[in-house]
Amino acid sequence: MIYLDHAATTPMRPAVWEAMQPYADEVFGNSSGVHGVSRRAKNALEEARERISATIGASPQEIVFTSGGTESDNLALKGSVFNPSSRHGVVTVATEHEAVLETTDFLRRLGFPTHVVRVDTRGQVDLDALLAVVDGDTAVVSIMWLNNETGVIHDLAPIARRVKEHQPDVLVHSDAVQAFSSETIDVERLGIDLLTLTGHKFGGPKGAGILYVREGTPLEPVLHGGGQELGRRSGTHDVASAVGLATAMDAAAADRERFRSQVGQIRDDFEKRIMTTVEDAIVNTPETNRSPQHLNVRFPGVRNETLLLRLDRAGVAASAGSACQSGASEVSHVLESMGLEAGAARESVRFSFGWNSTSDEATEAADILFELIEELR
Amino acid sequence: MSGGVDSSVAAALTKDAGHDVIGVTLKLWSGPNGEAPTAGCCTVSDAEDARRVAAQLDVPYYVLDYTEEFRGGVVDRFIDDYTSGRTPNPCIECNRTVKFDRLLTSLADFDCDVLVTGHHARNVLEEGVRSLRRGTDRAKDQSYVLSMLSESQLSRTRFPVGELTKAEVRKVAADRGLRTADKPESMDICFVGQRDYRSFVRDTAPGAFVPGPVVASDGSEIGRHDGVIGFTVGQRRGLGIAFGEPRYVTRIEPATSTVVVGRRDELAVAGVTLRHLTWTSGRHISGNVTAQFRVHGEPVSAALHGDRLLFSQPQEAVSPGQTIAFYDDDRVLGGALISTTFA
Repeated sequence: MIYLDHAATTPMRPAVWEAMQPYADEVFGNSSGVHGVSRRAKNALEEARERISATIGASPQEIVFTSGGTESDNLALKGSVFNPSSRHGVVTVATEHEAVLETTDFLRRLGFPTHVVRVDTRGQVDLDALLAVVDGDTAVVSIMWLNNETGVIHDLAPIARRVKEHQPDVLVHSDAVQAFSSETIDVERLGIDLLTLTGHKFGGPKGAGILYVREGTPLEPVLHGGGQELGRRSGTHDVASAVGLATAMDAAAADRERFRSQVGQIRDDFEKRIMTTVEDAIVNTPETNRSPQHLNVRFPGVRNETLLLRLDRAGVAASAGSACQSGASEVSHVLESMGLEAGAARESVRFSFGWNSTSDEATEAADILFELIEELR
Repeated sequence: MSGGVDSSVAAALTKDAGHDVIGVTLKLWSGPNGEAPTAGCCTVSDAEDARRVAAQLDVPYYVLDYTEEFRGGVVDRFIDDYTSGRTPNPCIECNRTVKFDRLLTSLADFDCDVLVTGHHARNVLEEGVRSLRRGTDRAKDQSYVLSMLSESQLSRTRFPVGELTKAEVRKVAADRGLRTADKPESMDICFVGQRDYRSFVRDTAPGAFVPGPVVASDGSEIGRHDGVIGFTVGQRRGLGIAFGEPRYVTRIEPATSTVVVGRRDELAVAGVTLRHLTWTSGRHISGNVTAQFRVHGEPVSAALHGDRLLFSQPQEAVSPGQTIAFYDDDRVLGGALISTTFA
């Protein structure tokens, strides 16, 4: 199998599983306990927290362990509006992940004022339109860093700065789950308050994520209980996952330079071959402000559902936007909000490369792709 | 694969015969907000059953989105039929426009040669010619709903469970430990689910309800209704009017939104005119035929001249929109839709 769906999830990096194993087995203690085996677990947990905080320029107490990106996004948004401050509103962007959009819609149904701001054809948020709806009642502005479907990158620091200049007390959150492999993350430089990361996008375990919460940020927990994570997220710690997450973060951060150049080169070569071989193929993302690992491309006249089925049968794993629960592919809300017609969105496929992608497999996948496209037209 | 026992076993038997099989579930319908239906077929849990069976059989499995085709070919027509006073059969329309048209013509795209379904009918090859026969289990026979298939369509289609009785199908599933072995049959219209189809039409096409009179055979108004949708020729219940003796819907006149009711003997129909007449072999047949106008109905003898079919004995509860299937013993000769009825 040639795996070109790394934006959906990517295999664990070497040493991650090995690092986790002791905490799934011999060091099984509850990190909140008072005995030796628990202390060892607690120590590993806090060491993981320190390593994680260091990779994003945060301090350890600003890291909240969660079950992943969806939970972190939920905590960021709900936690911001549920806390007993005087602010209630949520402002976000049309191209966000469902974890943000559906949470926002849920809050709207509860009566919170919400706004979903449009993007332009390049996938960039309309900053003026965004600022126009951020007001004294806005609790949180949530802006994705790097889009999961298109790879479009928002230049987060200036956007956060503009929001803060406009309304200093508004919290700025970013879902950055797609960004960690290729982008250097420094929460101070970004000037944001909340940041979502999840391990399985950069070689860590699934079910392990964090929410960065800037010190002093008022946040109501979503999960109430034993008061773990300084009361911000209750529940017995998954120490093995935390250790795996920290190990993967260290590895991915150390590998970032290579990832940007090498994986980026593989993606660029793959894209170049497509554009020279399939004359009418259209890349749905502008070249600037784009991640090195994503390629969202449209093959006019070829339905993505059929192409993905055939690619799978030929041993190539790719995807199209998001899949609904039944597994049917749906028209991408991201491409639609960038102005693509539903029909064009249904002809668009996402190839995403990862830390263990090779140029040989990309070449082989391209050959298979060309054969199928010719056959399907 | 609908997630039911028949298509599960059809997949298993095809795989056993040594073929390279992929399993496919058609996503046909979603609610206004894109949610999957919760009752009837093509629900999330049905797709899940199909997926698990495919995994057990070790065949690749995909969900294909045919909601646009289904909306246009089946649901819109369903509403249009009711609005026009006809009795729709959405399952047959789905076969005609989605499964054996769009899906069948896409087989090459999926690199497949034949479409296998779990229908209870037999697809027989004799002297190089394919024909459709009644299923081995006469009580479960579904050849009626496939009567519009041409020989060329049959040549790209297989119905392996049609060779078995339903009990045998369940036994094959149970012997293999398939999770669908004891699953009850779905009786609902898949996109309507367990609710009343009038309320479905009301929600989907609110403009389709035009109030009008309920009249007796002599034209005198004896009541009112809020729309012809939901009335079917032969219907006795739900007329909302009390009579001394049983009254039935004998005719629906959509142009004036009129529902005509009468005594049972007024239901008798001498014959019908037909449209969408198709013959399996492509050869048009006329003269004495055996016709069936309900999925599990008894065949009756009739004479066909052009698009006019005259029953040997008057028939009750025949209404425009229904399918007529023609048989020679257990062999399907063709099918048609009833356009109009005459007394």
